[in-house]
Amino acid sequence: MAWMAWTWPTAAFFVTIGSLLVLMTVLAVARPEVPRVGILRIETTRGDRLFISLLGSAFLCLGWLALMGPPLWGALALCLIYAAAVFRWV
Amino acid sequence: MEKSWNNRAWFLVLPVLALVAFSAVVPLMTVVNYSVQDTFGNNEFFWAGLEWFEETVTSERIHAALGRQVLFTAIILAIEVPLGIFVALHMPKKGFWASLCLILMAMPLLIPFNVVGTIWQIFGRVDIGLLGRTLTALGIDYNYTNDWLDAWVTVIVMDVWHWTSLVALLCYAGLQSIPEAYYQAAKIDQASRWAVFRYIELPKMRGVLLIAVLLRFMDSFMIYTEPFVVTGGGPGNSTTFLSIDLVKMAIGQFDLGPAAAFSIIYFLVILLISWVFYTVMTNLDREDRP
Repeated sequence: MAWMAWTWPTAAFFVTIGSLLVLMTVLAVARPEVPRVGILRIETTRGDRLFISLLGSAFLCLGWLALMGPPLWGALALCLIYAAAVFRWV
Repeated sequence: MEKSWNNRAWFLVLPVLALVAFSAVVPLMTVVNYSVQDTFGNNEFFWAGLEWFEETVTSERIHAALGRQVLFTAIILAIEVPLGIFVALHMPKKGFWASLCLILMAMPLLIPFNVVGTIWQIFGRVDIGLLGRTLTALGIDYNYTNDWLDAWVTVIVMDVWHWTSLVALLCYAGLQSIPEAYYQAAKIDQASRWAVFRYIELPKMRGVLLIAVLLRFMDSFMIYTEPFVVTGGGPGNSTTFLSIDLVKMAIGQFDLGPAAAFSIIYFLVILLISWVFYTVMTNLDREDRP
């Protein structure tokens, strides 16, 4: 696989996303998803909330990069807070 | 009777999953992988971290291309969606003329993108093109190769010419599925033409309109071939939309790292806007229901 020039950070990134998906699948089997309506007044399931968290986090990181520049540790903390808020209220 | 629940059927989609992984997921992962590295060819890569992302989000060139792209897509949607609905409402409902209309409307959709570009490239030329010569003869100073406004008008009219019939055909299909009883009820209530459109036809077209808006948004936001053939992104950079800029960067300059970072951001923007469209339009539907 050397010709594809994989790096450890990319691997870590995809392993994180992959394990999140596996975790959600296991959760969905153990405790089936129930849609609910939150502050956005749209119906969301757990999977929808994960999608909103990930997509929003990507834009938070880009915004941080545009305004403050690297490193992104602050943005990562912000993303975690944002994701927790999405899972709690959306 | 209690139905048994068995999720094992999901294993049957594994071959598709493998195929999609091979043809889409892994290539997408490769793009992410390239976006954090730099290469000078010879398949040697160097770690660059977030440098390309930082460069992309602060680049004036990309901001300008994004601005042009958003403007282009907004204009396209603002023209094609109402025009498509208007055309669909006025198409014959059945008989010979309905079939003829459908065939004529489908024609532009069958023409390959680069041929559409070539048709308009020649059509608009002031020396040998019918449109260009006619406008010049009428005393209008039209030249899409050196005036940015003319180039924009040409590219927009070309897209409207190419894609309005898609919106019209989808809306037509939506209209055909409305039972006659709805119109009879409206007639009994002496509903105006506008009320019939607003409370019967528009709600019934919502499903197809969602598809039409999403398709037109994504297609126009990723438009490449037609403006590339007609204007080549010019004059200057005035019709350099996002994908034209991206191809220049990736293949013209062979800047794989910056181009990869650019494509990821491009993808995220499309994903976000498509999700917003989809969510808003499906939830509008839900709120209407009692």
